[in-house]
Amino acid sequence: MLIVLLILIPLLGGLAAMLMPERNVHIHAVGVAITTLALAVAGYFHFTMNTPGIDLVYQHSWIESLGATFSVGLTDGLSILMVLLTAIIFPFIFISIRNKQPERKNTFYGLMLLAQAGLMGVFLAQDALLFYVFWEVALIPVYFLSSMYGGPRRIPVTFKFFVYTFAGSLIMLAAFLMIYQHTAHQFSFGSFVGAGASLEAGQQNLLFWMIFIAFAIKMPIFPFHTWQPDAYEQSATPVTIVLSAIMVKMGLFAVIRWLIPVLPLASVRWMDLILLLSVVSVVFGSIMAMVQTNIKRLIAYSSIAHIGLMSAAIFSQQAVGLQGVAIQMFNHGINIMGLWIIVSILENRLKTQDLREMGGIAKVAPAFTIALVVISLANIALPLTNGFVGEFMMFNGLFNAASPYRIAFTVAAGLGVILSAVYTLTMIQKVAYGNTNSLTEGFKDLTINEKLILILIILIILWLGFYPKMLMGLVNV
Amino acid sequence: MNLVWLVPFFPLIGFLITGLGRNQLGKSAGWIASLAILASFIVSTILFTEVKSIPAGSPVVVHLFDFINTGSMQIPFSLQIDALSSIFLMVITGIGFLIHLYSISYMGHDEGMAKFFSYLNLFVFSMLLLVLGANYLIMFIGWEGVGLCSYLLIGFWYKNLDYTQAARKAFVMNRIGDLGFLVGMFLLFSKYNTLDFVALQAAIGSGTPDVSFLTAVSLCFFVGATGKSAQVPLFTWLPDAMAGPTPVSALIHAATMVTAGVYMVSRSHFMFTLAPTAQQVILIIGLATALIAATIATQQNDIKKVLAYSTVSQLGFMFMALGVGAYVAAIFHVITHAFFKALLFLGSGSVIHGMGGEQDIRKMGGLKSHMKITYITFFIGCIAIAGIPPLSGFFSKDEIMMHVFTGGAYGKIFWTLGMLAALMTAYYMFRLLFVTFWGQFRGTEDQRHHLHESPALMTVPLVVLAILSVVGGFIGIPAVLGESMGMSHALHEFLKPVLATSLEVSHGEHLSHQHELMLMGIATLIAVAGILMGYFYFKKYNAAKESSGIFKFFENKWYIDELYDGVIVKPLFTISRWKERFVEKAGIDGLVNGIGKLVQLGSNRFRLLQNGLVGFYLFMTVLGVILLFVIQIWYNKF
Repeated sequence: MLIVLLILIPLLGGLAAMLMPERNVHIHAVGVAITTLALAVAGYFHFTMNTPGIDLVYQHSWIESLGATFSVGLTDGLSILMVLLTAIIFPFIFISIRNKQPERKNTFYGLMLLAQAGLMGVFLAQDALLFYVFWEVALIPVYFLSSMYGGPRRIPVTFKFFVYTFAGSLIMLAAFLMIYQHTAHQFSFGSFVGAGASLEAGQQNLLFWMIFIAFAIKMPIFPFHTWQPDAYEQSATPVTIVLSAIMVKMGLFAVIRWLIPVLPLASVRWMDLILLLSVVSVVFGSIMAMVQTNIKRLIAYSSIAHIGLMSAAIFSQQAVGLQGVAIQMFNHGINIMGLWIIVSILENRLKTQDLREMGGIAKVAPAFTIALVVISLANIALPLTNGFVGEFMMFNGLFNAASPYRIAFTVAAGLGVILSAVYTLTMIQKVAYGNTNSLTEGFKDLTINEKLILILIILIILWLGFYPKMLMGLVNV
Repeated sequence: MNLVWLVPFFPLIGFLITGLGRNQLGKSAGWIASLAILASFIVSTILFTEVKSIPAGSPVVVHLFDFINTGSMQIPFSLQIDALSSIFLMVITGIGFLIHLYSISYMGHDEGMAKFFSYLNLFVFSMLLLVLGANYLIMFIGWEGVGLCSYLLIGFWYKNLDYTQAARKAFVMNRIGDLGFLVGMFLLFSKYNTLDFVALQAAIGSGTPDVSFLTAVSLCFFVGATGKSAQVPLFTWLPDAMAGPTPVSALIHAATMVTAGVYMVSRSHFMFTLAPTAQQVILIIGLATALIAATIATQQNDIKKVLAYSTVSQLGFMFMALGVGAYVAAIFHVITHAFFKALLFLGSGSVIHGMGGEQDIRKMGGLKSHMKITYITFFIGCIAIAGIPPLSGFFSKDEIMMHVFTGGAYGKIFWTLGMLAALMTAYYMFRLLFVTFWGQFRGTEDQRHHLHESPALMTVPLVVLAILSVVGGFIGIPAVLGESMGMSHALHEFLKPVLATSLEVSHGEHLSHQHELMLMGIATLIAVAGILMGYFYFKKYNAAKESSGIFKFFENKWYIDELYDGVIVKPLFTISRWKERFVEKAGIDGLVNGIGKLVQLGSNRFRLLQNGLVGFYLFMTVLGVILLFVIQIWYNKF
């Protein structure tokens, strides 16, 4: 039942948020998000301690005529990490905007919580049709959120995002239905794996590409990425955090959970090509990040580079690499949330996203600068920050991939290690160093609320960086 | 021995206290930070006395906790102590302590003093981790940590954007090297499934070595070393790094961090010794670095820049030693160089302090009568680096050159070229000395009034380092001199248990005692010649002359920065701007937007209202209906 509550509480909480008086809605949303977090933490402990009598799998009949069941479960470290991440991000978002509430609060918090419910479902679903439904349930609130809140170009940008991802979803659904034909009319994970195994390599190829494109758009990797910098730039920060910290992980997660197990032959067959695309994402994202003058676009391209490396590590199909990806998916979520909170503080005070207009903030806001530097260093995966261990393991996986080009791929992806230092340190330099100008001289240092949130994020960064035992325990299956 | 974790622990605590309490502590931050390093130094000394009892080839490994621990990869967070790491501990904490003391006075008026000391403590912590790590990953953590602190401290005065630029350059160039380090680790791990020094040495030492594999690994690690230890082609960051406060230059960019590459290669001796091609590369790169940097040093006018290029050049000598497998000589030079180069940098800091921030030696002159202690200690540093016996630099440089001379077919050519670099070393150091301290004062009236000797907190470290620069060489008396006096090469004996397997391999032809004494004589004469050249040209230096021809080329650092800028940096940015404009905006995006427009055109017909949101809704409903149809069709098929 615990598992179902992970979905049900944000779902009902979200619906309730839409109906209640506006003045209560913020505290309500925080309460719901923290309850969900407590449940996720309980799930984590039950999973690691193997508590007797607590079942982390739940099944209920659903659309019997189609052979679809409502089947959810916390079955492995990867799903735990994703559920934990989803549960951690939302309270952080809600608390971080305590003093800067959005308009139409009911709609905002309602949609946010619905998105959380959908995301939980995606990470818990053990049934292909259910997975698809949650996939859409997670996306639809975000479409609305990004079209209602954000920058002036948000409508066309959201439309692009919508076209992209919706096209992907349709293709994925079609592919799922095609696989369904080969099962005994079952949508369960097991029967999909069985059906996939019965397919010949030739049949797998088409299905593989259909599903891969859907997931690749979500991640996104080159050349399916063009919705992403625009969407990150134009959406309001809370939405951007949901998009970049959790939603992009849907694509990666789905590849690990559904694509590779169901279509193993094709996943090996196309390994080289996809590794190439992933590595191109790393280099391309890094190079693009170097010339951005808009801080949000810089982080967006940097994220493309990071996701590219995760994708490469997944398709290398080495145990170390996959464990590294699971760890990194979690840590990347924490770090990029930290970066967006930093950016929103900048944007709220300076009313600009343009790096050329900033400078000298280190002098007027030392606490802010420390947070900026620590989170940025985690973003470039400096050892003893949480970004390092996962990246090291992922590179190891890529290096040992069964591909003739593995060394070239590793070195090319390694360029990302160098270039990430270039653009991240440039960002720090442009924001914080030099002398203040008329815009930045009045920059106020962190408020108590901001300090609390950033200190928590920094503690997570350093704790998991120095002592990654908790993460290791989860992925070590 | 189990107390080894205390060594990095004290600076870490110091970092936390000074870092978190930076607003409250004020001036006492400097004393707290120094105390932390002193505590480390005391523990290091205790370890140093115990380390001799460790049996050869089996260092004490202290397992702290599991760092990476999954079924397929296990890398513990563990520390290792043996003679090699112990020597480095002594240098890092000993010289580190002196430089901390010096900084209390030097940075006394800086508003960011507590921040400075917290960075300095963090640096020492990282550096200690680097030399204590029991596997390559822990070493790498320290390796990156010192790089970070170097970045933070070079850009310490962050209001000056040129300084932060220099800081970024240092970090990025180090990262280029780090990629080599990483690939080296991946190679090792994929073959041996461990990164542990002890296990790797055992695995590589047993059975026939796979020479081409070891050569590849060694070269990867050496790429890492070229970044951190400022060797050709990645050396250009170090002179720029002089933007940091002078104690930083002394500690990080002369005595400790830049020698991390030497430590790493020595620690990996069991691989490099089996990879002669890699060693040959190291020898050539080391020689090239020593020569190029020395030529540039002869033409610089910034007191710290001269010392920076000198450091690069001396590091080149250390790598020459590693290239011929003379690990003990390399480490010997690390130690003596740490003494005299820290001394020279701190001396230059004292000069800059006295001159009110001036760094251009053309505007100094005649300082010897105003700053006696600084002058005398600086003078000692100059003789030591020039290689006049019996000061420390003579012995270590001599040992390196001796091994270069006997190592391999072209040994004599390499030796000759190395001696050329040594000649230039003596010349540019004494040029620096004479122009700064002799002749007429060339500064402003203001500066003349202000001119003073530095306070005791700064001069005491100078005196201690000067004494060490004089006597430091006696830990490595060569056999030819030592035998008659009953003294042995103490350092060689001390390091033997660690490096035994490699030391046996690397001994080439043996020189007769006569030969050896002759080489020493030549080396001394060359040093004297360099000093005399400096004396004749610069004893009465008055005004700068415009340099021309080849000297102009040297003055402009061989135009290497311009070369990198033109060949790598600018094209990279051009490519990315080009990509931004054509691929992103016009290409992929154009295509996608085109399709989007097409869809929008279609959906517009269904739009009842111009409101984007409602249209959206409708569009989705339509697609949803289509979807249901699709499902229906499939469903009916069965």
